[in-house]
Formats: sequence, structure tokens, C-alpha cells
Amino acid sequence: MSPDITPTSTASATVTAAGAVMPARHYLNESGGWQSWLLTTDHKRIALLYLFSITALFFVGGFFALAVRLELLTPAGDLMTSDTYNRAFTLHGVVMVFFFLIPSIPATLGNFLLPLMLGAKDLAFPRINLLSWYLYIIGAAFAVAAMVGGGVDTGWTFYSPYSSMASNSRVLTGAVGVFISGFSSILTGLNFIVTTHRMRAPGMTWFRMPLFVWAHYATSLIMILGTPVVAITILLLAYERVLRVGIFDPNIGGDPVLFQHLFWFYSHPAVYIMVLPGMGVISELVAAFSRKNIFGYSFIAFSSLAIAILGFLVWGHHMFVAGITPYSALVFSIISFLVAVPSAVKVFNWTATLYKGSVSYETPMLYTFGFIGLFLIGGLTGLFLASLGLDVHVHDTYFVVAHFHYIMVGGTLMAYLGGLHYWWPKITGKLYPEGWAKLSALMVFVGFNLTFFPQFIVGYLGMPRRYHMYPPEFQVLNVLSTAGATILGAGYVLPMIYFAWSWRNGRIAGSNPFQARGLEWETTSPPPTFNFDRTPLVTEATHSYAHEEARVA
Amino acid sequence: MPDGALAHPAGHPPAHAAAHPRLQHHFDTLGQQKDAASLGMWVFIAQEIMFFGGMFTAYMVFRMWYPAGFAAASNELDIVLGGINTAVLIGSSLTVAMAVHASQEGRQRQIVWYLVATLVLGVVFLVIKYFEYTAKLFPHHLHAGGEGVLFPAVGWFDVGATPLAAVAPEVRIFMVIYFALTGMHALHMVVGIGILLVILWMARRGAFTPKWYTPVEIFGLYWHFVDIIWIFLFPLLYLVNRHH
Amino acid sequence: MQPGTPLFPEQASTVAARVDNLYFFLIATSAFFSVLVTVLVIVFAIKYRRRHADEVGAPIHGSLTLELVWTGIPFIIAMVIFVWGASVFFAIVRVPDETLDIYAVGKQWMWKFQHRGGQREINELHVPADTPVRIILTSEDVLHDLYLPAFRVKMDAIPGRYTQLWFNATKPGTYHLFCAEYCGTKHSGMVGSITVLAPDEYQAWLSGGAAEGTLAQQGEKLFADLACYTCHAAGTGQRGPELGGVFGSTVRLASGETVVANADYVRESILNPAAKVVEGYQPIMPTYQGQVSEEQLLALTEYIRSLTAPGAPAPEPGVSTPPQGGTAAPQPGEPDR
Repeated sequence: MSPDITPTSTASATVTAAGAVMPARHYLNESGGWQSWLLTTDHKRIALLYLFSITALFFVGGFFALAVRLELLTPAGDLMTSDTYNRAFTLHGVVMVFFFLIPSIPATLGNFLLPLMLGAKDLAFPRINLLSWYLYIIGAAFAVAAMVGGGVDTGWTFYSPYSSMASNSRVLTGAVGVFISGFSSILTGLNFIVTTHRMRAPGMTWFRMPLFVWAHYATSLIMILGTPVVAITILLLAYERVLRVGIFDPNIGGDPVLFQHLFWFYSHPAVYIMVLPGMGVISELVAAFSRKNIFGYSFIAFSSLAIAILGFLVWGHHMFVAGITPYSALVFSIISFLVAVPSAVKVFNWTATLYKGSVSYETPMLYTFGFIGLFLIGGLTGLFLASLGLDVHVHDTYFVVAHFHYIMVGGTLMAYLGGLHYWWPKITGKLYPEGWAKLSALMVFVGFNLTFFPQFIVGYLGMPRRYHMYPPEFQVLNVLSTAGATILGAGYVLPMIYFAWSWRNGRIAGSNPFQARGLEWETTSPPPTFNFDRTPLVTEATHSYAHEEARVA
Repeated sequence: MPDGALAHPAGHPPAHAAAHPRLQHHFDTLGQQKDAASLGMWVFIAQEIMFFGGMFTAYMVFRMWYPAGFAAASNELDIVLGGINTAVLIGSSLTVAMAVHASQEGRQRQIVWYLVATLVLGVVFLVIKYFEYTAKLFPHHLHAGGEGVLFPAVGWFDVGATPLAAVAPEVRIFMVIYFALTGMHALHMVVGIGILLVILWMARRGAFTPKWYTPVEIFGLYWHFVDIIWIFLFPLLYLVNRHH
Repeated sequence: MQPGTPLFPEQASTVAARVDNLYFFLIATSAFFSVLVTVLVIVFAIKYRRRHADEVGAPIHGSLTLELVWTGIPFIIAMVIFVWGASVFFAIVRVPDETLDIYAVGKQWMWKFQHRGGQREINELHVPADTPVRIILTSEDVLHDLYLPAFRVKMDAIPGRYTQLWFNATKPGTYHLFCAEYCGTKHSGMVGSITVLAPDEYQAWLSGGAAEGTLAQQGEKLFADLACYTCHAAGTGQRGPELGGVFGSTVRLASGETVVANADYVRESILNPAAKVVEGYQPIMPTYQGQVSEEQLLALTEYIRSLTAPGAPAPEPGVSTPPQGGTAAPQPGEPDR
């Protein structure tokens, strides 16, 4: 590995008693003022811009979730009108999917870490990176405008004919917001692909790259190939709504089911955009906190690609009862089973990494354990849905809601939090408070399961999705779910508080507080603006821990 | 692959001793930078193909459903104007390729001339499209309102008592897809022309040398792509069931 | 309402037990793997916990054998589940030859059911036990979905076309009926009940009858009211094809194609007559788009279905699977017979 980094200007660096060093100049204080942030081309600053905006939107989406869960405490629709409720769940979905989950890990951790992990000074196109953030903000502004203007009530899936002909909510405004933020996603993916191909440090072959990079590469493929299709779908929906052109209107020769095909062609791969980066994070965390290289590196790398490719072929599994032929249903079902296999492979490889490792229990590892368990359940329940005979019963019920929340919240969000904790010292130079962090992780885990496990049950009982009122026998399960949601929410608020606190008051982290392997740990915390004092030369595979002392198992 | 280890003072951009003024700080060599730009444009084009692909899918579905309606509506399009536009675009691809070639050879005046030619041809295309659109949207022999109005919301394109009335819904679907596809294509042309103007301005100032002409090259890629989209659009839209 | 236990829905149809058995198998498999992985993670995390600050893990990179094993076994299990699921699915979607047909029209925000005998129900449906019942669905406006949890069946109601679901209810009782495709403001109010009656009780209920006569009789009246017989009557020189025996037969079109005259065909022919003109006739039929409701279309269809060619039995209504397209619907789908 490249030689230990000693900052060349230690004159006013901060050094703790334990020897952890925070450099005097780094990317955060290199320059100051609004302009240096809003016009930055430094991928690390852009990552922070994303971090703040995504966090803000997360809480907006969370607020709507809370509204939904509060209403569902009672069978009657007594907290708000049906129209308001419909807007609440729609905005929860739109904000969480398009403005939180899809950008989350790639735009924050991906932007920050990709160049560092590859040994590069920045992404391939720094100005396009900044543009992608502005597009995100503009898209979010449209989404907020839609909310302020009365909201959208079509569901995040915008199904026609309701969205194109019947809804009198701010469909167009919301759709424009999604459209614009889609281009943010595309530009991020484009940047990552070119960076991975062209900007690896000398000696870093593809198979020496961290698995985080592989995961983001696969994600980027989906971003650039899938997102344009939802863009055009939204455009056609806009034409339909404004001009009443008729491509989705059966009264004048159009086909409402065509919308579903076009929509899901993107939106299914989109869920892999959401989960693959999380898997990349987990691969890094499992190795780092077992002090061991990942078990089955190339299998994990290739499984990311397999998921990306197969993910494009299964969209019809959202439409088994939408009027497609049984024969096409068979095809979509079998491929949906196939796409589950690479995910299973990952889970087994992560587990095997722990074997004869040196396992510690810092917060990122707790989130990792949580992820493995919850993603496993979420993925397994995907098999329930892929299974045709069963899907007919559980389609459009809370079973589906539980399934995707297990993956997106139990999976992606936990990976995001785990990654944030792990790389927080690198990003800020400070340590988060471990005790509070562990407590939050526990609250998240408990709250999450209490929120979403009952939903599997109530879904199989027959409670449909998007229901404002429901039969009384579903109430107990709904109450449990809401109780869990409050605990979960608290578990998310705590990190906001202690992360903010740690920015000023946290202990200095030093360049490698977890004694992890990876190029990002070979530079200071926080890194200098151009990442490395000298371009690294890579001579061995990632996560090569065992070259130091041999461990007796 | 970038060159080997380079030493720079922490926090400062790398000091390329004889750095080309166009070399951006995060790349090590001009070659790496150009490769990155090129790959970036190819990735962008892949994304654009998927973008148009959604509309092509809609086209395919409805053409399978309404073969007669599509044929009838397609025959209403002006094949002469469409054909001229096709030739115009192919010509403009030639001129932009020549501009790239001239850049490789450092022939400053030729670069400018070929870029101007590309610009002119691009504008010609859009002008012809303008005439086609107004003929279709505001046809002089038709009237607004009533049966068979294509876009009732804005009263456009009434098929009236023409033979198309019998297949009016199908004609409408065709025309929607026609406008959506060619309109999106035209938008890409407009953006391309905007970028071309900037590149033309740079060329006039002699910015392009055989060592560095990346904008011309990747613009050329983009322009070729826009041309190829049209080459698919033309037969699919204009040439349905034309036997003569 | 009989919802079953608080944790599990009632099994009230022939297919419900099959669906539930698949569900239990999936639960068992999932539980097995969840427990396996969880136990392994916990055991490894404890057994291999870090014991001193500089400790690192063993240099293990992987094992091809293990990879093949834990790729192969999940793959096989996945395929087993796929085949099982597909088998149950075909039981759900393959409609038996003889069914008792009921029409359902979804509209914001209610379900309108029409029995062939003319009875109408709104949001409530009465069906006999131990009889294959088919529900032919459409929507008047946006997408809806008829969901009967106790029977484990659902199907989208799509505007512009007909879809269908079938079941054979085994247990008399009253069960939930939901709309399961979000359709706007009162989506969660578009609920009701389905009541399964023992066959003799069902007969009693039916004899409550309908003031307007059977659905086919209602259609016959409409046929007259809309003056369809002006062109569609027996005799030479008529402007429109005679309709006796047409339903269920194969029709040759002016374009040379042939289609099966099923419910979708009839609906399209009324709403967009120029789309499929019968060979030997001129495209002069005016459209009735906007003049007939979905229910009236069903009545007309039933009437035409009831018209037999001399000597032939009345055919069964076919529904294209999937019906392709809206009123200007194209390809003939396959009928379900």
C-alpha cells in the first residue's frame, strides 16, 4: 500500500493525546462563503450538499408517513378527509422514492467516496456533478410546489387513467418534479460510469476495486438505461393530461395498461437502484468490522451486475392481475425468481465473511447485522410475490407494502445509516458518540420490525393498500404498526441530533479510526480538496487485512 | 491508465509543469481527459436511446393494433419534405464529420466552414419541420371543433369529413406519436444547434488544435446520434404502406 | 362478516386451500433460511469477536464449492416455488367450461353487479355455493380491482375492455369485497360484501327477481329503443349483418382477417363500428360512443348472445384474454372456451 500519509503542513493541525490528527486545511475549510459551496465542483462538497437536501426531504417524507400511520390507528377515516389521506400517502411515496431513496447512497456516499476509493482527485465531470445537484433541487422544488399547491393524490405510481383524466390534484407539477430529478440521477450515473472506467489509480484493476464501487457501477448502469424510460412515460402522461391526446384513454383508442408497462419498465429496475448501493455499503462494512477480506469477492461483484441486468426483465410482476396474458405472467414470474438468486448469494457471502473474522460491534456493524436480517426477510417475501398463485391474493395489499419497506427501510436505509456512521469520521474528521449511536440503531431495529411485520399479516388477511378506512378486525395490527412507527421515527431523529453535535464537539477521528483498509483511509480525515497528497499506487486487492499479524482463530 | 505517482503539495491542484491550458485539474493527461469525455458522450447517447425507446415502444404497440389507421395517417404526411429532411440531416452528419477531420488536421478555416455548413443544414431541417407542423396542425381546408377533432382540448386538427374520419381515433394516436417523436427529435436538434453555436464561436477563435479538439468530436457524436434517430423515424412515420 | 381468525383469512373457495398451502411452504422455507442465517451471524459474531485491538481476521478469500452450493440450492428451491405457484395460478385463471356468469362494472366509487336474470346489486353480491361462478369485469372510468380475500382471487377492472375472475365458493357466509386498485377519493369506500348462499337459498334469493326482466330482455328492449333493428334484421338487402348465431362464431372482416365474435368484439362494434367491418358490408354504422353506458352494453351483449341461429344452442360469452385495447380494439384475443 502507499506510504503512510503525513500531512505536509502539520504546523497548525490538531493532534489529540491519542495521536489522532486533524489537518489544518482540508476540503471543508479550504474556502468559505456561499459561493464556494454553491458553485463548488469538489465531489466531497457536492456530497454534503446532497446530504443536507436529502435529509431535509427525508423528514418531509417521514412527516407524511406519520400522518398516514396516525390515520390508520382507527378503522374510520376520522383524522383527515379521504382526499387529504390520499395526498399524504402519495407524497410519502413520491418524496421517499424519488427524492430520498434513489439519490441517497449514490449521491452522498457515492459522490464522496468513489474518487477516494479509486484513488482519483475527483469524478470525471465535476461540473456535471454540480449540475446534477441543482437538478435535484429544482425537481424537489417542484415537488414541494405540488405539495403546497394542494398535493398529488395519484399514488407514487401515477397510474393512468386516474392520473391522466380523473385526478384534479397537482399531478403535472409533481410529475415535472420527478422528471427533472430523473436527470439528476442520470447525470450521477453517467459520472460514476466514466469515472470507474477512466480514473482508477495505477494498479487498480477492476478486480481490486472495492465492492462499493462495483455496486455503484451496476447501479449507474440502471440509472442511465432505466431512468430515461420513466422520463418519457411522464412526458406522455403530461401530454395526455394537458392535451387529452388519448394514448392512455380507452374511449379514444388508447391503452391504460400501456402506461403500466412503460412505468414499471423503469420503476422495477429503480428498486435495484435503491438497494444495490446499500449492498455495496454492507460489503464494505462487513469486511471492515471483521477485519477480513470479503468472502467471494468476484461472486459479489458479478451478482451486482446480474441483478442490474435481470432487473430489467421482470417489470411485469407488478402486473400479474392487470390484464396481461398468463403466458407472459409465467415469463415474468420465472425471471423474478432468478433475480432473487444473486441476492441470496450476497447474503451467504456476507455471513461467511464473519467466519474466522475479528468481529467488533461498533454502530456500523450493528446496522450491518440489521441489514442482513431484514433484507433477508424482505427478499424472501419477494419470492411470495413472484409466485403467481400467491401474488393474486396479496397483490395490492399490505403484504406488498411490508415487503418493499423491509427492503427499502430495513435494507437500504439501514445500510445508509451504517455507511454514514462508518464514513462520518472521514467526512467530518470527527467521531460520532458511540453510545447514542448504538441506542439509535437498536431503536431503529425494534421500531422497524414492530412497524412492518404486522403488515405482512394484515396484508394476507386482505387489507388492501392505500386504504383510508378499513374493517375493524384489522385494527389491532394497524395499532401495532403505528406504535412501531413512532419508535422508528425517534430512532431517526436521534442521529440528526448527535451528528450535528459531533460536527463541532465530536472527538477527533484521525485518518483511520476503525483501522480499516481502503484508499479512502489512506488520506486525512477530512481529506484535502484534491484527496491525496500523492496519487496512490495500488498493489494488492481491497480489504487485505491479514498481512499484518497472523491471527489464531 | 494515468501515469505513475506524481507528487503534489497537499491541497493544491497538481502542478503540471507544461500542462496544456485545457487539461482539467483532476485528469493526469489530455488523453485520459478525452477518453473520459468520449465515454461520457457514449453513455449519454445510450441513455437517449432508452429515452426515445419508450416512444418507439408506444409506436410499435399502436401500429400493431391499428395497421390501417397508421397507414392512412402516414400517407397524409408529406413524403417529399420528409425525404428532403432526411437528405439534409445525412448531409449535416457528413459536414460535422468533416469538421472533426479538419480539427484533427488543424485546418482552422475548414473547421469553421464545416461547422457553419452543419449549422445551416440543421436550421434548414427545422424550417422544413416548421412548415410540416403548421400544415398538420392548422390545415387550411379543415376547421376546428366537431367530429374527429384530434386534440379536443385545443381544437386542433379536425379530420372533418375526410376519409380519415372513419379511423379518426387511430389517426389521432398516430399523430400524437408523430408529434411526440419528431417534436422530441426537433428539441434535440435545437439543443444541438445551441451547442454548435458555442463550438463555432470557439472555432472562430482558433481554440481547436490537433492536440485538443474534444468538443468538436463529442459534439459530432451527439449530432450523428440525432441523425440516426431521424433515420429510424422517417421510415417508421412516413413510409408506412406506401407502395408507390 | 366472517374474516376468519384475527391473523388469517377464511378459506371459502376451492382454490383458497391451495393458495394457503403454498403460503405455508413459503413461510416455512423463509423461516428456515432466516433462522439459519440469523443463527450463523450471531454465532460467528460472538465466537469470532475481537479480543484485542490489533487483531485481524483470517486470510480466507472464498470457496467455489460453497458458492456453487449456495447458488444451486436457492435456485432449485426457487424453481420449485415457481412451478408450484404457476400451477396454483392456472387453477385461478383457467375458467371452467360451465360457469354461472355475473357482470360487474366498477365505477368511482361503487361496484354494480348485474345478474343474467336481471337482478342488480350494488356493492353486495349474492352467489351460490359449490358452483363455479365467473365475474366479467369492466370499469366505467378508471382502473379498479375486484378483490375477494376469502376466495383468494382478484382481477383488475379495466376501462375499455372486459376481464374476468372465477371462483367456486365452498362455505356459505358473508365475506369482504374490496376494490384493490387505487381509484381516487373513495377508493377505500368502494367495499362491500359477497354472500355465499346454499343452493336452495340462492334459488329463493333469485326468485326475488328483477322488475325489468332478465339482462337479455333488457338488452332486447334497448336494441329496439336504439333502433338497431333498422339495419340488423333478417332479410336480404339489409344494411347490417344479421345477428342470430353470430355470438361465439368466427366472423370474416372486410380486411380479410377473421375474429371471434365475443363480448369484446360486440362492445367494440357498438362503440367504434368502423374498426372491424364485416365482409360484404359498408362502414355505415354510426357509433354509439357516449350514448350507452357500460351496463347497457352488457345488456345488449347478453341479448345478442341469446340470439340463436335456427337450431343452435346459445353460446357462452367469451372474453378475450387479454382483450387488447380499447374501443378501437385490435387483435382478436383468445376466447376462454
